[in-house]
Amino acid sequence: MATKPELMSSENPKGMTPVVKTVVRFVMGIIFMFGWYIILYGHLTPGGGFAGGTILACGYVILTLAFGKELALGKMGDMTASIIDNTCAFLFVTIPLIGIAFGFFFLNFVPHGKPFNLVSAGFIPLYNIIIGLKVTSSLFAIFIALAIFGRFVSTLVEEAEDEE
Amino acid sequence: MVETFLLVLLIFMIIGSIIAIETKNLLSSVISCGIVGAGVSIAFLMLGAPDIAITQVVVEILILVILIRATITIDNTGIEAHWDTFSVVSSLIFFGLFLVFAFLAVQDLAPFGKPLMRVSQQYLETGLQKTGAANIVASVVLDFRGYDTLGEATVIFTSIVGAFVILRRRGRKARKEADTEKVGILTEEEIREDYEEFRE
Repeated sequence: MATKPELMSSENPKGMTPVVKTVVRFVMGIIFMFGWYIILYGHLTPGGGFAGGTILACGYVILTLAFGKELALGKMGDMTASIIDNTCAFLFVTIPLIGIAFGFFFLNFVPHGKPFNLVSAGFIPLYNIIIGLKVTSSLFAIFIALAIFGRFVSTLVEEAEDEE
Repeated sequence: MVETFLLVLLIFMIIGSIIAIETKNLLSSVISCGIVGAGVSIAFLMLGAPDIAITQVVVEILILVILIRATITIDNTGIEAHWDTFSVVSSLIFFGLFLVFAFLAVQDLAPFGKPLMRVSQQYLETGLQKTGAANIVASVVLDFRGYDTLGEATVIFTSIVGAFVILRRRGRKARKEADTEKVGILTEEEIREDYEEFRE
């Protein structure tokens, strides 16, 4: 999904001040990289799918707060979040079921590889990625539902009260 | 050393939670809730659990942002404080009962710093060979106890679906064909139309 450049520019009237926008433009990439690092190295270092997914959701939240809701909703809207969430929930049940073919439920059927390597530990990195995507989409969906939607209704209420 | 630091941290967290309950300003109440979360995170770090510390601090930040963004702007009705004898007496009685049973239960616990290692010793010894994961927490959470994690994922999924259903303004059956593509949140124009209909 390509991002419209005018949404990212400091002249965009929506969102916060140009200072915040400039800082967020610099920090944003580091935040997303750190989130994916926490997810992908979850079987080697502290962290894992849930922590990394929450960091990614925080990244989308900071995009929403700094640049207004059009940018973040264009990258991950409520429909995209629902699709990712449901797909990951489905995959999380399907992969243990495949283990039945090799022996029993939740069997670690993928070859374990060499310890302390990035590709090791069977399906644990796979689970970390699935949980990370699921947590990212679902927590950002909660943010959309609670913050953007509720704020809009409250501004409508304020406008109506001002008219009276 | 660690125990003294933990005691200071616990007193700090208790002060923060008392401020969060007693203050009249909603913003300072939410920020005081953040004190508790940050204190819990540092406590986990001191006790040697970096996995949970990372998760705790990140979730706390996200929850604070959502709470400030979602609750501060929506106008809240203030709750008037009034003395209710029955509720005060009953909560005192239940608190006393809780203290008595907690005293009895804590006496049977293993001493601080020496947990029971009957099952976890097995995991610590054979975790690396059986799963190949260097992080022992990941091997327990996702391999030995993967079934529990499946339950956790189900809880998250159910709560998200419930939140979407509750926060949706209109029921699905009342919509037209063009609306069926959207699942969760209406566009601004639709909300505006809804609100104007509601006001009339």
